[in-house]
Order: sequence, then structure tokens, then C-alpha cells
Amino acid sequence: MTDLSNLRPAAGRFLPARLERPSPLAFLAWAVTLAVLVHAFTAVGLSPMRLIEGLPNIGRILGQMVPPDLTRLPQIGLAILETFQMALVGTVIGVTLSLPLAILATRTLSPHPTVQVAARAVVSFCRTVPDLVWALLFVIAVGLGPVAGTLAIAVDCIGFCGRFFAEAMEETDPGPREALSALGARPLGIVFSAVVPQAMPSFIATALFALEKATRSSVVLGLVGAGGIGIELKVAMDLFAYDLAATIILAVFALVILVEQVGSRLRARII
Amino acid sequence: MALALAGDMAADMAAAGQPAAVDACVDLAVRGLTKRFGTRPVLRGVDLAVPRGQAVALIGSNGAGKSTLLRCCLRLIEPDGGEATLLGESVQGLGRGGLRRLRSRIGFVFQRHNLVGRLSALSNVLHGAQARHAGPRYWLQSLAPAAARDEAMHCLDRVGLAELAPLRADRLSGGQSQRVAIARALMQRPAMVVADEPVASLDPAAGEEVMAVFVRLIREEGATLVFTSHNLEHALAHADRVVALKDGAIVLDRPAAELTPRDLGFVYG
Repeated sequence: MTDLSNLRPAAGRFLPARLERPSPLAFLAWAVTLAVLVHAFTAVGLSPMRLIEGLPNIGRILGQMVPPDLTRLPQIGLAILETFQMALVGTVIGVTLSLPLAILATRTLSPHPTVQVAARAVVSFCRTVPDLVWALLFVIAVGLGPVAGTLAIAVDCIGFCGRFFAEAMEETDPGPREALSALGARPLGIVFSAVVPQAMPSFIATALFALEKATRSSVVLGLVGAGGIGIELKVAMDLFAYDLAATIILAVFALVILVEQVGSRLRARII
Repeated sequence: MALALAGDMAADMAAAGQPAAVDACVDLAVRGLTKRFGTRPVLRGVDLAVPRGQAVALIGSNGAGKSTLLRCCLRLIEPDGGEATLLGESVQGLGRGGLRRLRSRIGFVFQRHNLVGRLSALSNVLHGAQARHAGPRYWLQSLAPAAARDEAMHCLDRVGLAELAPLRADRLSGGQSQRVAIARALMQRPAMVVADEPVASLDPAAGEEVMAVFVRLIREEGATLVFTSHNLEHALAHADRVVALKDGAIVLDRPAAELTPRDLGFVYG
């Protein structure tokens, strides 16, 4: 242990305070944050009483869910497969389209600042509009079914992957890029020889996260008629067939866990 | 204009009695080059001419302007004033395409090897071919034409690392990595090689070995060589001529054979 007995008395002057006094601006920011939180809790009407009153209903529904109804298991299996296929195809399309957009959105690779701003704007727009809204738009555009859901997932994936791909490329070591630039390589050669190989582990990790996210999303998209297992769940809930709903929820749980486990293992091997 | 500048400088050198200057073919000619970083002047009107085939060592303490001079010549950094001519072309007047074409004829070896760690040594060497060829076939060794793969293997063999061709670059030692970077420069088939403290990041033994291989190969190619170094023994052993920079100006420019380490001590004083 360090012996502090030899500390010069004068050195004590430099000992920092345990807590620093906040500036007036910081104090104001804390006060505003607290006020916003209090107002938000009040506005949503969250109260322990309502939760306690709802407990018997939750218990009744859970009671009706057991045992799960397995009579429609083959149909549920097919719907789960369709859900995963929507997620997979949507992710592949999204990842493929997000790579060129991400290159244009990367500060160090973009051919012009205007192009970079435009590419970032497209990526941000894809990300900020929720996937459910994209699904509603595509249902109107291409009709009910998995095509609408797949397109919604692809656009959502562009927003997610476009941003993280661009950040991964900006964080790469500039040395190889400078070396290839110094030997007269063309811009596309520099990107694909020096930048993309460095960012590849990050690309793969992001793409696997996107697939996990898409799998969860594709369940919900079915609620608005965009294909997949969601519509089965909605019908079961509307008909108060909670035992059938339990089977669907368990099937979704199994699919999401499976995709996450495979994704985690692949990430661990690649990175 | 560019050729006139090179010719003038060759004549100046001949007048100064420098043996290599008799050759009018000047690969690097710099006149009045200036550069400031903020308010601090880094280059104060540097004049320098390097004839074809000559090996020149640039020495000087940290911040003397050696690396900035090399980078300004290739416009990796934009100079503030003056002129630079490389291989007969005025660097200042070149557009993006022209600059790329000029750079493709000049190998640049950095202090750090600047290899792509996740790619094989062979792919990294193959990247040197991008100086002459565009397209995906020169991005990775697995896509490359057979002739380019063979040439890249030959370059690796010349630096003594043929057996490490499939190894990822981030698995190589510092000395091996710098040899791969030299092989990449050879793959360019350069008319001139510029090296910025090529062995500074290596231990003395590895540095000595890599420097010897580097200079031998560049001389075999018949290429002009300009390198910066803090190692006076390297400068005197491997260069034909030593140019010393101090506070952004040339303070010594003499044949290496006439110098001893003691003569150069003042540069670091």
C-alpha cells in the first residue's frame, strides 16, 4: 500500500474536491431534466394501483395460455419460417444497399462534402422513420404479404447499417489509405483494398445485429399485414385463443433466441 | 517550365562541383519550397536537386522539416510556396488524375509499414500493382491475374519473405512488415523511391538488416532514392549524398564519402 506520510503539506492544495460544484448552466440543465421526467411520469398516468388492479387479468390470461394449443403447429412453423426468410432477405438487401451509401457518407472517403451530407441524410431518414411506418407504406404500395415486410426491413436495415458502416470506416487506421494514395491507387481501389478489409469485422458484427433486429421486427410487421407470424398472433389474440397465442409466442421466442445465439457465436469467431 | 527548373538546378549543382550533378537528368528538383503549420514555419525556401540514380539521405532533428519536405514533394501535404518537379513534371500544376499518375511512378515507404493487417502479405504486395492497374482484380491476391500474383511473389522473394506470403500482415514482426512494405514499393516498378525514416520503428539489428536490403534492392532497380533518417551511420553508409535540414532550411549538402558522423553532430546541436 502507498505510504502517504511523506506527502508534502503543500501538495494537499492540489487534492481535488470529491464533488465539483456545478456551474449555473449545469444546475439549470439538471433542474430542467428533473422537471421533464416528473411531467412525463405524471402524463402517462403510471400508478402502482392500476398495476395491482391489472394483476388478476394477467393471471387469468396466463392461466388460459397453459397448456399451449399445439394443433396448429405445422402452420405456425411455416409462418415462423416465412418470418425468418423476410428478416434474412430484408437484411441481405439492406446490407448490400447500405455499403455504397455508407462509403459516400464517410467523411474521409466521400468524393464531395455535399455528397456526404446527402448520403447521411438518406441514411438518417431511413433510420428515423419506424419500420412499422415503412411496412404500412409498402403494404399500400405492393399489397399485403411478405414482400411489403421484406422491403420495410431492408429500408430499416439501410438506416441501421449505413450509419454503423460509415462510423466503422471512419475509425479505420488511415495509414494503409495514405500508403495506397501515395502509390497512385484509384479511390475505389483505396476503399476496397485499404478501408473495407479493416472495417470487415465491424461490418459482419453490425450485419448480424441487423439480422437479429430484423427477426424481432418481422414478427411485429405481420400485425399490419406485412407477412410473417404477426398476423397469426393478432388473430389468436382477437379471438381470445390465448393457448394458441402462447404457442406462437414460444415459437417467436425460440426463433429470436436461435438467431441471437448463432449471431453471437459467429461474431465471437470472426472478431 | 518544369524541365527548365530541373535543368537550372542541375547547372547549379554542376557549378557547385557536385559529381552527380553532371548528369542533367534530375528526378527531384525543389526550389524555394515553403510550408507553415499555423504560425510556425516548417520549410523556409528549400532548394534541392537530386539527379537520376542518386541516393540522398535527408537528416535533421525532429521538426527540422524532413518529412514535410518529402510529403510536399508528393503533395501529400500542400506546400505554401515554391516549386517542386518530380520525374520531369511540375507537381504544383497537376490535377487529381495527373498527380495519381505521377505518384504511381514513385514508391513511398513510410516509417510505419502501413499494411492492411487483416490481409495476407501477398495481397499487401499486390496492392503495389494498383499504381499501374485499376479494378477489383488488384484488390486481393485471390482475384489477381496469374502474372500479377507471380510478380508479387517475386517481390516478396526479393525481400526474403516468400514463405510468409499467405500469412496475415498483422502476424508479422516489425522488420518483416517493413520488408513487405518494401516489396509493395518494388511491385510498383518505381522510377524513384522516397522513404520517410523507413527503419525508425525497428530495433537496431532489424533496422540495419532492413535498411541494407532496402537500399540494395532500390539500387538494383536503378531507381533514385531519397530517404530521411536519424541514424547517421545509415545515412553515411547507404547514401551517395547527405543533405541536412535545420529549422526548415538546408544547412549542409555534401557527398557522403567526404563526411564522418562528427561532421554531422552540429545538425542535432
